[in-house]
Amino acid sequence: MSQVAEASSSPTPSEPASELADPSSYDGLALRKLAKHFGAFQAVRELDLDVPRGSFFALLGPSGCGKTTTLRMVAGLETPSAGSITLAGNDITFAKPYQRPVNTVFQSYALFPHLDIYENVAFGLRRRKQRDVDAQVREMLALVELESQARKKPAQLSGGQQQRVALARALINSPEVLLLDEPLGALDLKLRRSMQIELKRIQTDVGRTFIHVTHDQEEAMTMADTVAVMNGGVIEQMGAPTELYENPRSTFVANFLGQSNLIEGQVTSRSSDLVTVDMHGIPVSVPTGRAHTPGDRGWVGIRPEKVLIGDEGEQLDAPGNTIPGGVVSDVSFVGVSTQYLVRMPWGQELQVFSQNTGRHRLFAVGDKVELSWRPEYAFLLDAAQDASAGAQKMDSDG
Amino acid sequence: MASAAGAAPLAATDPDETGRRRGRTGYLLLLPAALWLGIFFVVPFYSLIATSLFDPSGSDAKGYDMTYHVANYWTALKHYGKPESWTNLGPLLRSLWYGAIATGLCLVLGYVLAYAIAFKAGRWKNLMLVLVIAPFFTSFLVRTLSWKLILADDGFVVNTLQAVHLLGSDGRLLATPVAVVAGLTYNFLPFMVLPLFASIDKIDHRLIEAASDLYANPVKGFFRVTWPLSLPGVVSGTLLTFIPAVGDYINVRLLGSPNQKMIGTVIQQQFTEAHNYPIGGALSVTLMALIVVMVLVYVRRAGTEELL
Repeated sequence: MSQVAEASSSPTPSEPASELADPSSYDGLALRKLAKHFGAFQAVRELDLDVPRGSFFALLGPSGCGKTTTLRMVAGLETPSAGSITLAGNDITFAKPYQRPVNTVFQSYALFPHLDIYENVAFGLRRRKQRDVDAQVREMLALVELESQARKKPAQLSGGQQQRVALARALINSPEVLLLDEPLGALDLKLRRSMQIELKRIQTDVGRTFIHVTHDQEEAMTMADTVAVMNGGVIEQMGAPTELYENPRSTFVANFLGQSNLIEGQVTSRSSDLVTVDMHGIPVSVPTGRAHTPGDRGWVGIRPEKVLIGDEGEQLDAPGNTIPGGVVSDVSFVGVSTQYLVRMPWGQELQVFSQNTGRHRLFAVGDKVELSWRPEYAFLLDAAQDASAGAQKMDSDG
Repeated sequence: MASAAGAAPLAATDPDETGRRRGRTGYLLLLPAALWLGIFFVVPFYSLIATSLFDPSGSDAKGYDMTYHVANYWTALKHYGKPESWTNLGPLLRSLWYGAIATGLCLVLGYVLAYAIAFKAGRWKNLMLVLVIAPFFTSFLVRTLSWKLILADDGFVVNTLQAVHLLGSDGRLLATPVAVVAGLTYNFLPFMVLPLFASIDKIDHRLIEAASDLYANPVKGFFRVTWPLSLPGVVSGTLLTFIPAVGDYINVRLLGSPNQKMIGTVIQQQFTEAHNYPIGGALSVTLMALIVVMVLVYVRRAGTEELL
């Protein structure tokens, strides 16, 4: 039955090994088969990862997915159980933290309470007996706009200021790789937004490799040029934010980054450019490059904002996939858009985000509607995966 | 206004009333301890100073005349404060010297122990703390007497030291400064360990990780982060050890000889054997004043004024 029987049906697809660089000649950070277990618990399993030099790289995942453990192994604060870490061609797997050109901005900042801001920032330079400490510290304090606070103790600063001290303290050492462990987690939303922009600006200015660990998908997508989504100790998918969002390869990524409608379907035919799926009796098509299931069953995925909603029989601008027979079951008007829940004939409720462009009337609960979407926006995922994996809240299609 | 600032949202009660009541409660809570200290510290202290100024011609039986005889202090210092030679410091300086050595030993032993309990003991932490306090379940005297057995002339320790020729065949430990300092160190070690533990245990482990991330090897990390953050414990531990050690006379009495006589011994003898109250009082006041001055200088140097 299955045309690609040799393909793995593992629920955790990872990048093929052939795409990985040769660590000994790679100028970035390369993790190879990196693993860490605490007793019987596998925090990180056989992680393969290339972080290009100068990139802003985000490790994104829910708490307990192994992202912080990975970061700590790169920092040297945790000893890997297996595998290797190579930085600019040098194997640093077992180098001590104080021997590697890597610095960390800790989640709790971990500023030294007995030292003032100036001495906190100067700490790394002094330990390495650097010259012109004063000039460098002043320059760094200027970069994070804290010159006037130099002689204060950390406890006298606000959360946002402490965060900038932690950043300056790490950055002044010009590390090959700067590790950021949820550095914005403790800040309120407004401050977090401005710090995101600030961090991105500083990264562009200094041109260093930043690895940012976060569970906030919006933060990862707005700041990073490459995002690796981690789950259960492995990397589910890695790529540019738009690529991850538009073409997720697993239900976890589809749900963890934004929201997705996942509808069960049966593959009826595969051609070189289109896969046709029978979705509860309605034929829909998905581009072959966006079909990530080896079997003949799968989840048809579509982002809520890609779904168009219209009256029954209305011609919508989405040739190919039209699904009739919906009934609006919930409407929430949020100003810039309207969010609908539409109950389909097979009982599932689909989410639809409709921009309030004014070109279409608002629908009310009970209205009969038709949904449609352009085939190039749909994706097809492995039916073996849990449709609710990675969802932030209980989806109606459970 | 000032009292109202703290008593925020209880709109129903008059803020001034609340403030006044809180002040009164505070004083009430202070009262028992203040009374206690008044009766058992301030009054005796005053009486001690008065005693130290009595005329030396008086006696226990005849009673004393108050003549503000400040010369008592010179007499006391001449007899007990002046070093006889480099090897015989006299009771007062010897006490400070023994106290300092015992405090230094306690600091080294206690720091290692407190560090191990705080950072390395894991789930054994509480058990180990109980073991530190365990000696207090027996009396100070019994504990010191057992040291007499341990250091006895035909005991295991002396025999072993003689066997490895660290001690001559007629050498002994009892009635030597070694025994006295060992006893002081042993008896006051818990007073060092507990404040040190409290300070070290509070240190955020992530700070040590941060130091290591910022190019500090373990030794540098210790002296730049762990040690400065444990200073409050070091200061209170050394004070709690040094002050009672200097004034101690039990260890000398049980483990030492008249050659190791400390100032506590002298004061005790002046009051209970020689019945020379003015000299005993003068020595007590001198010792107290010396310790207060030393503590003030020390605390200032350590930069932890907030302790006082």
